Amino acid sequence: MELAEDMYKEELLEHYKKPQNYGKIRNCDAKYHDFNPVCGDEIEVYIKIRNGSVKDIKFTGKGCAISQAAASIATESVKGKKVEEVKGISNESMLQLLPIKVSNLRVKCALLALKAIQKAIIKYEGTKLQ
Amino acid sequence: MINTKSLRADFPILSRKVHGKRLVYLDNAATTQKPMQVIQAVKSYYESHNSNVHRAVHKLSDEATEAYDEAHEKTASFISAGSYEEIVFTKNATEAINVVANDFSRKLKKGDEIVLTQMEHHSNLVPWFNAAKMTGAKIKYAEIDGNGELKMQQLRKIITKKTRLVAVTHASNVLGTINPVKEIAEIAHDKGALAMVDAAQSVPNMPVDVKKIGCDFLAFSAHKMLGPTGLGVLYGREELLENTEPLVFGGDMIKEVTFENASWNDLPWKFEAGTPNVAGAAGFSAAMDYLIKLGMGNVRKHELQLAKHAMKRLSEIRGVEIYGPQAEKRTGVISFNMKDVHPHDVSSILDSEGIAVRGGHHCAMPLMRLLGIQGSVRASFYVYNTMEEIDALIDALNKVKKIMKV
Repeated sequence: MELAEDMYKEELLEHYKKPQNYGKIRNCDAKYHDFNPVCGDEIEVYIKIRNGSVKDIKFTGKGCAISQAAASIATESVKGKKVEEVKGISNESMLQLLPIKVSNLRVKCALLALKAIQKAIIKYEGTKLQ
Repeated sequence: MINTKSLRADFPILSRKVHGKRLVYLDNAATTQKPMQVIQAVKSYYESHNSNVHRAVHKLSDEATEAYDEAHEKTASFISAGSYEEIVFTKNATEAINVVANDFSRKLKKGDEIVLTQMEHHSNLVPWFNAAKMTGAKIKYAEIDGNGELKMQQLRKIITKKTRLVAVTHASNVLGTINPVKEIAEIAHDKGALAMVDAAQSVPNMPVDVKKIGCDFLAFSAHKMLGPTGLGVLYGREELLENTEPLVFGGDMIKEVTFENASWNDLPWKFEAGTPNVAGAAGFSAAMDYLIKLGMGNVRKHELQLAKHAMKRLSEIRGVEIYGPQAEKRTGVISFNMKDVHPHDVSSILDSEGIAVRGGHHCAMPLMRLLGIQGSVRASFYVYNTMEEIDALIDALNKVKKIMKV
């Protein structure tokens, strides 16, 4: 594994301590609450969808530096994107967005936010169909 | 006293490196490392005695059966049970608790009550949830105080004539708190209830005598006391086990089978359906021999010494909060948090220094919620740990502060 100093780079800690898009959206269209049972990382995402695109997105949560920084980065990245595109974001491309290389044991933390965003959209589409 | 220097040479894994650093293994409440004597016993079983047990009349089967039965006898004497009939081998401590919970789920009635504590591991919570759900019985909780100790007065109040069972951990896997199980068993019996003790965190760490405690059932695991994984123990008073239904059915647990029906084998075999973990039992015997030689009183003294040193040094670090009671009232388990750093990040950085601790909820989510935390860092000690390793932990924690800029 990488040195601990490489895992907790300044850029990551910056996102952790001052996350982008932290908060809630009232009257959001899609919402999902997820957690990582192994370590208790927790995240809730709120998405406003307009014309098939992510118009606004926010999150709240508690957890390790990697999970919370990844949420900040993921929400920033999907803003403005088509929901179809967001659903298709692969684990690999999410990991590449991070300023650090995540060890195997921490991949789940790093992907928690992306998974919650994708599940929120799928749930939203499901209720629309009904 | 324990001479860690010579003892450590018995544990091959302790000389390995992790991320280029010397391994400092402080996750013993999860599982302990194995000495050569245990590894050798498992190896020698497979090399020279491997066979199925309680079946064939050939020499190998005889030797395997002897090793397997002897492990039951040794376990009985290790915890001062009356006889090997009171010792059931299971997959782990969780399964041992499930055997009892399953029986209660057949016998409890609506209006009956089970008393648990707020500091239980999921393994001593969830099986009872199931028993309560199936019968309409109610679960009540003995509360803990600010020191992480049971409020005995409140516990006395909630154990009533309606209580059928009190199931309590002997030592908390999070707080380290050693509970007065003898007193609790007496309170339960006074009201006509049975007492079950989850001893997964006590049998490995201190002398445990089921007769002195006076409990009706007790569960623990081999792998937390130098033994192999895949082997747990359920102790039960003989007259109770006689009236307990098996959890698993199949071969070896029967006396006679017809096309319509079956009768159960004698104790303890009626609870051990199918081919059991014979190699594990051989290894477990060697583990108990190892601990007997050290003396469980000495194990306790050694852990207490480590716990005292660790608590003193941890409290010197600014921003560290320790959960649970003073060292004398706990096993070698210390849970703590560092201000503004998530336990998962603490453990990751410690890992990069070769130090293995556990970060998370420790399978005690309700307790975490009660403490108002998401998780904690847990360092837990065993016979081979040294004062120097605790000092290494402290140095690494100071490094955590530096890296995380807190």
